[in-house]
Amino acid sequence: MLGLNKKDSKFLLIVIALTVCTPILLQPFPEGSGLAQFNAGYPDLMQRFAIYGIFAIGFNILFGLTGYLSFGHAAFLGVGSYSVVWMYKLLDYNVIWGLPLAIITSGLFALAIGYVSLRRSGIYFSILTLAFAQMSFNVAYSVLTPLTNGETGLQVYTSDKQILLGANEPNSPHLFGLVMNQSAKLNVGDWVFTFNIGYYFCAVIAILAFYLSLRIFRSPFGLMLKAVKCNQQRMNYTGLNSRPYTLAAFVISGMYAGLAGGLLASMDPLAGAERMQWTASGEVVLMTILGGTGTLMGPVLGAGFIKYFENIFSKINETVLHSWFSWLPDGMEDAIVWVLHFFVGKGWHLTLGMLFMLIVIFLPGGLVDGASRIREWYKNRKGGGAASSETSTTPAE
Amino acid sequence: MDAILLQILNGLDKGSAYALIALGLTLIFGTLGVVNFAHGALFMIGSFCAVTLQKILNISSITIDETQKDFLGNPLKVKTPYVEAWFGEVTGQAIINWSVPLAILFAIPIMLLVGFVMERGLIKHFYKRPHADQILVTFGLAIVLQEIIKAMYGANPIPTPAPDVFRGSLDFGVLLGFDPNAVIYPYWRLIYFAFSTVVIAAVFSFLQFTTFGMVVRAGMADRETVGLLGINIDKRFTFMFGVAAAVAGLAGVMYTPINSPNYHMGMDFLVLSFVVVVVGGMGSLPGAVLAGFMLGILESFASMNEIKSIIPGIDQIIIYLVAIVILMTRPRGLMGRKGVMEE
Amino acid sequence: MSHIKTTRRGVLKGGAAVGVGLATPTFFTSMANAYTNAPTGGSVTLGFNVPQTGPYADEGNDELLAQQLAVAHLNGEGDGGCLSTFTSKALKGNGILGNKVTFVTGDTQTKSDAARASAKSMIEKDGAIMINGGSSSGVAIAVQGLCQDAGVIFMAGLTHSNDTTGKDKKANGFRHFFNGYMSGAALAPVLEKEYGKDRRAYHLTADYTWGWTQQESIAAATEGVGWETVNNVLTPLASTDFSSYIAPVLNSGADVLVLNHYGGNMVNSLTNAIQFGLLDKQVNGKDFKIVVPLYSELMAAGAGENIKGVFGSMNWNWQLQDDGTKAFVKSFGEKYGKPPSNSAQTCYAQTLLYADACERAGTHNPCGVAEALEGFEFDGLGNGPTLYRADDHQCFKDVLVVKGAENPTNAYDTLEIVEKTPRAQVEYAPDHPMFAGGALGDCNPGA
Repeated sequence: MLGLNKKDSKFLLIVIALTVCTPILLQPFPEGSGLAQFNAGYPDLMQRFAIYGIFAIGFNILFGLTGYLSFGHAAFLGVGSYSVVWMYKLLDYNVIWGLPLAIITSGLFALAIGYVSLRRSGIYFSILTLAFAQMSFNVAYSVLTPLTNGETGLQVYTSDKQILLGANEPNSPHLFGLVMNQSAKLNVGDWVFTFNIGYYFCAVIAILAFYLSLRIFRSPFGLMLKAVKCNQQRMNYTGLNSRPYTLAAFVISGMYAGLAGGLLASMDPLAGAERMQWTASGEVVLMTILGGTGTLMGPVLGAGFIKYFENIFSKINETVLHSWFSWLPDGMEDAIVWVLHFFVGKGWHLTLGMLFMLIVIFLPGGLVDGASRIREWYKNRKGGGAASSETSTTPAE
Repeated sequence: MDAILLQILNGLDKGSAYALIALGLTLIFGTLGVVNFAHGALFMIGSFCAVTLQKILNISSITIDETQKDFLGNPLKVKTPYVEAWFGEVTGQAIINWSVPLAILFAIPIMLLVGFVMERGLIKHFYKRPHADQILVTFGLAIVLQEIIKAMYGANPIPTPAPDVFRGSLDFGVLLGFDPNAVIYPYWRLIYFAFSTVVIAAVFSFLQFTTFGMVVRAGMADRETVGLLGINIDKRFTFMFGVAAAVAGLAGVMYTPINSPNYHMGMDFLVLSFVVVVVGGMGSLPGAVLAGFMLGILESFASMNEIKSIIPGIDQIIIYLVAIVILMTRPRGLMGRKGVMEE
Repeated sequence: MSHIKTTRRGVLKGGAAVGVGLATPTFFTSMANAYTNAPTGGSVTLGFNVPQTGPYADEGNDELLAQQLAVAHLNGEGDGGCLSTFTSKALKGNGILGNKVTFVTGDTQTKSDAARASAKSMIEKDGAIMINGGSSSGVAIAVQGLCQDAGVIFMAGLTHSNDTTGKDKKANGFRHFFNGYMSGAALAPVLEKEYGKDRRAYHLTADYTWGWTQQESIAAATEGVGWETVNNVLTPLASTDFSSYIAPVLNSGADVLVLNHYGGNMVNSLTNAIQFGLLDKQVNGKDFKIVVPLYSELMAAGAGENIKGVFGSMNWNWQLQDDGTKAFVKSFGEKYGKPPSNSAQTCYAQTLLYADACERAGTHNPCGVAEALEGFEFDGLGNGPTLYRADDHQCFKDVLVVKGAENPTNAYDTLEIVEKTPRAQVEYAPDHPMFAGGALGDCNPGA
C-alpha cells in the first residue's frame, strides 16, 4: 500500500489508528476519580504530542540516520512559529498561508546553517549548530524585537493589517473556517472525551510526516544516509560525495522542525523566543534518544513521554497528594505526602531526570527497546522460546 | 587605554572560570571519551560546598530575647553560632567570615569522592555506549543533582561573601601610572585569577612531571597499547575523573563570592563550557585553557560601549560568533587532535 | 484484507470525529452556560500558574502559599485574614457565590510557551475559571492574551512592565502590581531629596521588553527632577557576570548607577557593583550611589549585605502598618513561619478581589466579573485606598520607596520603608505615551 511493503503498511495503519483514537486512549480514568489527574486527553497536550512528535520524527531523520547530532534544531522551530504568526499579522488567521511559509523559511534557514555546519563532523558539528541556534535566540530576544516582539513573544494585535481578514472570519487560527481551538465533547458514563479540530489537523499532518519519514527510511536515499552513519570515510573513498546527502537530510529535518513550529503557532497564535533556546534544542535530542534513536516510532514516544511529564506531573501539588492518601492514618499520610512531594509539582524535574537515567541504564535502545522487550517476553511465554529469534529489534545505533 | 586594560582584566577573570571548567571537561573527554553533561553540575556542587560550610559554621544555639520582637510580635529568637560560643565572638566571627577559603579544604575531598562515585557507579558502564546515551544519562544526572540542591537550599541565590579582608578593590591604574580610579579591580577577582592560574599550572605539572601523569598522557594518546603493557589504565582514568571533578568544584567554591550561587548555575555554564572545549579543540588541555581565556577576553571587549554602539547586541552573540569563525577556519578548533569526537 | 478493513474503520472513525466537531463546534457551551468553565457541582476551580522550576521557583512558591491561604480564607477556614479588613463585605467565607473554592496549580517555568501550556491545561482539563500568578512580564502578557482568547479572567501576579496594562492590555486581564512608570514617579522625588538635583545617572538595563520600559520610565522621571542620563547600556539576559558592564561606570562621569535588572540578574549586577567598590567612591565630588528601581524580598535575600543603603521601590511590604497588611502578615506568618513577599501579597489580594467581584456581580461570567472590577475602589487589603482603573485595568495605590536596611535585626527586615508615595503622585493618564498603542478590546466570556 502506498509504496510500502506489507509490514510497513501494517505499521502505518497501527500508527493511524492510534493517532485517531488518541483522545480516547489518553483518557483512561473517569472524571472525578483521583486518577483523573493522569488523564492527558485534553486538546493542548494532544496537540503538543502530535507537534513534538513531528519535531522528533524530523530530528530523527538527521540524527537517527546520519548520526549527525544537531544541537540547534530549536532555531528552525522558532523560525517556523514566527513565519506563521507574521502571516496572521499581515494576511489573516487562515493557517494555509503560514504553514507552507514556515516550511520554506525554515528550509532556507536550515540550508544556510547546514551548508556551513556540515563542513565539520562529530562534536564540532554539534557545537556549530548550537552556536547558530543560540545566536538566533539571543538576537530574537533582544535586538530583533521589532521582528519578534522579544520577551513577550510575537502575537497579533488589533492594530495589525490582516488584509485578507473577512467580516465573518473567525478571530483565531483556522483552516478555511475550521477553527482550531473548537472541540466536541462526548460524555460516556463518567468519561469525557474531547475531540478537538486542532488536534486532528495536527494528527493528519503528523501521519503524513510519519509516512514521509517511513518512505525516507526505506528509500535508497535513506540507505545512503545510513551509510554516512556507518562509515563516512569508506563512503567517500568509494567516490561518493556524502555532503549533498547529509545536507539534504539536514534541510529536510529542518523543514520538519519548521513545520512543527508553524503548527505550534497554528494551535496557539503566539511565538516566543524561548522556542529557540538551547534547552529546546536539547529537549528534542533527549526525546529522540529517550524513545530510541534511529527507530521510526521511538522519537514520537520520547516526545510524548517528556511532554506528559512536563504537563501532568508538574500539576500534582500537595493538596492532590493529600486527597489521594487521605484514607491512610494521619501520620502515615503526611509521611507519604512529604516523600512524594519531592517528585511531583515543583519537583517534576527530579522525576524526569531520574527516569532519563533509569531508562538509558536499563533500556539501552530507549522506550522502543522496552516495548520490544515486553513483546519478546510475551511471545516467549506464549510460543515458548522459538519465536524470539524472529523478532528483529531495530538497534538503537 | 585604561578601558581596554580593564576589559582585559575582566576577560582574564571570566576566562579563569571558563578555563577551569573546560579543563576538567576536556580531561574527561580525553581520558574516558565520555561526554559529561553533568560537568556544570559538578561546578555547582563545588559552590554549594562553600554554602554548606557556611551553613554548618552558622549552626546556632537559639535563645529567646524578650526585649525584641519578631515580625509576628512574638519574642525574637536570637541565634548564636556554636562556633562563636566555642571560640569566642571575635575568633568565631573570623572563622565564619573565612568560610569560602576554608571551603576549599572542605571541597577537595568531597569533590574527589563525588567524582569517584560518579565514575565507578555510573559513567563506567557507559564507556562502550554511544555518545548519545552518555549525553542522556549525564544530563539526567545533572538534573537530579541540581534538583537535590534545590530541595535542600531553595532556588534563590545564597549570598556567600568573601572574607572582609578581600572586600574592596585595588587601584590597579595607579601602579601603572594612570589617574586614581581609572583602573580599579576587586581583590577577590584578582585572587580568583591567581587561584585558577595555580590550579591550571598544578594540573599541567602533574600530567607533565609525574610518572602517573605520564602514564595518563600515554593512555590518552593510545589507551589500548598502554593497557597491553600491563598498566591498569582504568584505575588512573578514574582518578583523573576525580581530579576533573575537583577542578570544577574548586572553580565553583572560589566563584561563590563573585556571584551568589544558585542551583541552576551549572546549567548556565554548561553550554558555554562545551563551546570553550570545542573551540579549544577536542582532546587538547592547553587548547581548552587558551580558548577559555580567549573567549573571556573577547566577550569582555564585546561588552564595551564603544563596540556595542557600532554593532548593537554584539555582546549577545560574540562567543558563538567566535566559535563559528574559529571552527570554520580551523577544523579541529585551536589545538584539537585528529579523530577525537569527530564521528 | 484485514489491512483494508482497519483503514476503513480508522478513516470512518476519524471522519466521524471530525464530523462531530464540524457539526457542533460549540457543543459544550450550548450545553452548559454562556461562558467558559461555568462552575458545576457546587465548586469553582481557580488556576494558580506560578514558576515552580527555574530561577524564580522560590518566588512562585511564595505566591502559591499565599494563594492557598486565600482559598482557605474564602472557604471560611483559618483566621479569615483580610476578609475582616476588606472594605467590601460581599465575601462571607462560604466560598464564591456559595460554591466551594478549589484550585489547581501549574508551572510556568518563567517561559511564555510553558506558561501558556500550563494555563491551557488548567482551562481545558481542570475547568479553571480564572488564572492567577506569575513572575515575569513576558509570561504575564503571554498568558493574558491566552485568557482573553479562552474567555477566562486573568490576574497577573508579579509583572512590572508598562506594557502589561499598556500596549498589551486586555479586557479579561487585571494587574494589581505596580509598573515601571509608577516606580519612576515614586522614586524620583525621594532620590532628588536624598541625592540632590545635580546627578548624572548611568543605566544598566536588561535587554528585553521589561528592562526597556523600566529604563525609559526611570530615566524620564529622574530627568524630570534635573538628573542627567549619561548612558544606558543594555545587558544580555543570559549574563551572569556583569563585571565588564560595571567596570567602565566609574570613568564615565556618572555618579549614580541605576540597575534595571530583576531576579538573578539584579543579584549579580548589584553584587558585582559592590565588588568594584562603587559605593566607596566619590565622583564629581559626590558619593557614588546605586539605585535598584524594582526590589523584591527574595532578591534582597540573595544579594545579602550588598543592598545596604540602596534605594528601590516596591509594590507592598509586610512592614506596613495598616490593618489589611497586619491581618495578612499575621495569617501568613502564623501558617508558614515567615512574612509574605510582595508578590505573595499581590496574588493573595487578587484572589480575594476576584472572589469579591464575582459576589458583587452575582456571577462567575468573566464579563460580569470584569465589569465589577472596573473602576472598583476599596481599602483594607494593604497599601490603603486602591482603585482598579476601568480604562486599562491597572491598579492604583500607594507605592513604597524602600532601601536596604543598614542594621537588619533578622532575616526578614533587610529592606526598610523610606516613604509611602501617595497614589495621586504615581497616577498617569490612560493615554500616556509610555502606555500608548493597544486596546483593551471587548471582554470575552468564551465560546
